[in-house]
Amino acid sequence: MKRLRSLFLAPAWLVIALGFWIPMGIVAAYSVLTRGMYGGVELPITAESLARFADPLYLGILAKSFVLAGIATVLCAVLGFPLALFVARASSRKNLWLSLVILPFWTSFLIRTYAWVFLLRDTGLFNTMLIATGAISEPMPLLYNDGAVITGLVYGYLPFFVLPVYATLERQDPLLRDAAADLGASPWATLLRVTLPLAAPGIRAGALLVFVPSLGAYITSDLLGGSKTVLIGNLVQNQFTAGRDWPFGAAAGMVLMSVVAVLLVLLLRRDPESLL
Amino acid sequence: MTRWLAAYAAAAYAFLHLPLLVLAAFSVNSAKSAVWERFSWKWYAEAFADRQLMEASANSLAIAIAAAVLSTVIGTLAAYGMWKRRSPVMAGSLYLSLVTPEIVWGVALLAFFQGLFRFLDVRLGLHTVIAAHVAFSIAYVVVVVLARLRTFDPALEEAAMDLGATEWQAFWRVTLPGIAPGVIAGALLAFTVSMDDYVITSLVAGVDSETLPMAIYAAARRGVSPALNAISTVIVFGLGVLIVVSERLQRS
Repeated sequence: MKRLRSLFLAPAWLVIALGFWIPMGIVAAYSVLTRGMYGGVELPITAESLARFADPLYLGILAKSFVLAGIATVLCAVLGFPLALFVARASSRKNLWLSLVILPFWTSFLIRTYAWVFLLRDTGLFNTMLIATGAISEPMPLLYNDGAVITGLVYGYLPFFVLPVYATLERQDPLLRDAAADLGASPWATLLRVTLPLAAPGIRAGALLVFVPSLGAYITSDLLGGSKTVLIGNLVQNQFTAGRDWPFGAAAGMVLMSVVAVLLVLLLRRDPESLL
Repeated sequence: MTRWLAAYAAAAYAFLHLPLLVLAAFSVNSAKSAVWERFSWKWYAEAFADRQLMEASANSLAIAIAAAVLSTVIGTLAAYGMWKRRSPVMAGSLYLSLVTPEIVWGVALLAFFQGLFRFLDVRLGLHTVIAAHVAFSIAYVVVVVLARLRTFDPALEEAAMDLGATEWQAFWRVTLPGIAPGVIAGALLAFTVSMDDYVITSLVAGVDSETLPMAIYAAARRGVSPALNAISTVIVFGLGVLIVVSERLQRS
């Protein structure tokens, strides 16, 4: 019995080892090696690449990534919690409402980001409409700034927040609300003091699922932020391609991974059932 | 409060869906600008006549089919193994892989392949893209198939074995048919995430393995074009249908 089970898992172990753990190990190793003459890496071992994050320029990139990801997470929560509540409380066609949240979760992230280029650029739909109605005479600079990046992040990751929150709200006993009402609580008081605290595990999981990809965003900042918005993700990509400084790119990647790991450990210690 | 909630939800749904609907609407606009002229399919004709775009589509389809088949087989077996007995290390690894920023995983795979090429005489190409896609799709397959297995009665398998089936026969002839909708749903998701991936793909693709998202990305960086709107609409509609089918199967 036990032998067959290990055979079932064997191919997956092979793929996860070769396709995830070993590559990640290589990046971790590169982050403490020296930059090679023609790209690549060389010995000796050094903490130089990691130390470069003390440089105000890179500290700034790090800080900006955190701030934008933080704002996107808060906006997702503000927009997403009521949406999750709406789906969980819908008296009819609940599956349809849920599907309408799930659908964009899977349909091409790249194309969904591109749609905002179409809407926001100088000759895009918003500016064209505003000029046509006479509200403005010159196009507003809507694209290639931090606001556009935040919009793209919220748009891209909102379903990640809604789904776990919906899952916790769905499991809540409706009798708890009746009890609160019987004891004299207004609907708003019930929402803030019963429903919201009970949904906390879902909110934490949702916040993690939005914050982590936002922090590592690459497509959104590149397409909507233009050259003005460089985040850690763009830094990593740049060092591995045009920059040809693999140790520094690897160090940036490791900084990102350690934030992800810390957040994940914190979440799983609080809500162990969040795991698969 | 219910009315407030409905109004709020309506706004949120509009935010989630209007951008793509607007893009689709303007893909059948005869004018090149964002001003409506009249209905026309001409940008679709232009997109389908674009050889580079069509080659990239063929690459993407080949990669997605190969990656979906491989990751579905591997992921289904893994989910079955994890259902039989929990494997916290595998579950943890898959969970971590799901939340790992794509850009970090992408450069890690690039570094891994570059290291491998010192020993093997191969180059970046379709095969490296397929290998990478299998790696990141497995977690999706496992999540969906495992969810299906949790609704499957293990007593059925025991009954089969009491009647003389071997362990493999019990899996192949009893459990697998029982969880088939979940397996197909997982395969459709793996196909979708493979068709859609840009970040990891662009890092591990070779010169002869440009995929559709790579072609779209390059075009999107140059600016907006009606042909791009057209091909985007085709992809969103196509993947949307697959997702709806996958959803149905997961709930059936």
